[in-house]
Amino acid sequence: MLNQYLPIIVMIVAAAGTAIGMIVATTLIGPKKSFPDKDEPFECGVSPVHNPKSRFSISFYVIAMLFIIFDIEAVFLFPWAVIFQKLGMFGFIEMLLFIFVLAVGLVYVWRKGALEWE
Amino acid sequence: MQLLMFYLIGFFAVLSAVSMIVVRKPLNSALFLILNMICLAGLFALLNAHLIAVLQIIVYAGAIMVLVLFVIMVLNLREKDGDITVRKVAAQFVGIIVVSVVMVMVGASVDPSAISALGSASPEFGTVVGVGKTLFTDYILPFEIVSVLLLAAIIGAVILSKSKV
Amino acid sequence: MDITLIPGYQYMPELVEMMLKIVFIFTMNVGVFAPLLGYVERKQSALMQDRIGANRAAILGFTIFGLWHTMTDAIKLIAKEDFIPEGADKPLHFLAPFVAVVPALIAFAVIPFGGTYYLWGHEAHLIIADLDVGILFIFAVAGIGTYGAVIAAWASNNNWSLLGGVRTAAQMVSYEVAMGLTIVGVLMVYESLKLTEIALIQEDFFMWGIFLQPVGFLLFLACALAENKRVPFDIPEAESELIAGYFTEYSGLKFAMFWMAEFVEIVTISAILTVLFFGAWHIPFVTHDGLLSLLTSVVGADIGNLLLMFIHLAVFWGKVCFLIVFLMLIRWSLPRFRYDQIMKLGWKIILPLALVNILATGVILLVVK
Repeated sequence: MLNQYLPIIVMIVAAAGTAIGMIVATTLIGPKKSFPDKDEPFECGVSPVHNPKSRFSISFYVIAMLFIIFDIEAVFLFPWAVIFQKLGMFGFIEMLLFIFVLAVGLVYVWRKGALEWE
Repeated sequence: MQLLMFYLIGFFAVLSAVSMIVVRKPLNSALFLILNMICLAGLFALLNAHLIAVLQIIVYAGAIMVLVLFVIMVLNLREKDGDITVRKVAAQFVGIIVVSVVMVMVGASVDPSAISALGSASPEFGTVVGVGKTLFTDYILPFEIVSVLLLAAIIGAVILSKSKV
Repeated sequence: MDITLIPGYQYMPELVEMMLKIVFIFTMNVGVFAPLLGYVERKQSALMQDRIGANRAAILGFTIFGLWHTMTDAIKLIAKEDFIPEGADKPLHFLAPFVAVVPALIAFAVIPFGGTYYLWGHEAHLIIADLDVGILFIFAVAGIGTYGAVIAAWASNNNWSLLGGVRTAAQMVSYEVAMGLTIVGVLMVYESLKLTEIALIQEDFFMWGIFLQPVGFLLFLACALAENKRVPFDIPEAESELIAGYFTEYSGLKFAMFWMAEFVEIVTISAILTVLFFGAWHIPFVTHDGLLSLLTSVVGADIGNLLLMFIHLAVFWGKVCFLIVFLMLIRWSLPRFRYDQIMKLGWKIILPLALVNILATGVILLVVK
């Protein structure tokens, strides 16, 4: 029996090879004519009027934080789901408590309007 | 073979960790940290901790680093400027010495015979079923406390980001 | 020379099998589906909008329904100039398509595309890597794929790219959570994360995921579409607002790589849907052993196994193709959601519904047992 991760490693190497091959090909083939107006970042034909170095809405940041928390919840649910039928009632109540506490969190976030997009 | 893989992955882990500190652009730094975490997942996989390996990628490389990237993007941190002063160099020097001393001490305090005395793990070790059984029977209290911890984190996130609460 | 003298010779059949499977999957994804789906998408949109569609490219007057366009598209993309805008971060500009396409290509490793067959004394499993963590590997890999869009957006020094990148990241993470939770119900029913084990249980037609987890299927479908960033969830690359979103400043093969990643993702999503909800490679009411004994009685054990393998491959890829067409049908049928609607759907509808689905599944399983 070969190591179970060997195929994954081979696949990563093959995928990386394909990707690098495509990047190298596109750099080598094709015309290379550049002049200042062409090199400008695309903005519907006008010179960029707004510098892309401004800041963004905080809502994106909130979403990322909530994502981490609920992702960790999901991570606990995966091993639980697999052995759920063996754990039976005990496991169910156990997870019911866990989900309940986090559902309270979700309701809190909801009521506070952190999920609203302004 | 296993030892060879360990050195290979370990080399990349150390390399990406060092690059993360040395590189001056915040986003490149974050990307090296992601690479470092993927290498750590590889090390976990070598230790037969299959579930932890994949969770390392999902939670750390996939979730927490997204937050870091969001901070970089939302605040639009481009290149960090600042010049090298004597104080900085001295601080780095001291830091390297302290870390090396701690590492040598940790290394010396580990008794190699104790590790081999642990014996080989059961075939269920590190698998999803193995971890699940342990977590949901022996460690049920810590597991339930985690939910309260996460609830606190949710409240914290909302309070930090909303000006009107 | 005696072949048994070569060190590790006993691994040779397994190594050959592994390489054949990887080559097969790469050929299907990169060689067949990626170019063909571009054509299918054009042709399908033409059909649905009552146009004639891609039919101009011809060799000696033969257009073969416009199929040459897959080739001309490829030639065009290869011959294009590689454009990097002024002020862009060059190394990251090169890294982004790489990060986008590599995870898309390796996600297929844990998806079984057939069962187990005994060919001339060799046991062949039609899966590249049957990992214990199974479907979690796909989630992990998909999470890394998100960074492709973020890096592209950051490296391009373009307002629209950056806006598209931030939107992409927020949308992807929102639906990653929902997707993880929708799958839990399926895992509870089949008691495994391994896609091979989930597929084997579905040999019985009435154990198909679509019957056992209908709500889970609908929620998963919505999340999968959102993760794939296609209509109606294509706000990160909405061409009427953001030009092309995070890959606005990409051309040539680097553009093609984002495009390829998207199409390979469609194939992967269809394959996951097939395995989780549509009985994988199984034909309804026909068991593996039943068909095998029938084939064996006609052509012998080895050829019978081989024939069965090809039948199962055809069934699996047939189902995948059907789902791909279905997913593309959605694209040309629905209008685009607004951004707040996407976020509302993910956090306020799919997430609570997924939690309710988990609890309902738990109650039903406890009652039945």
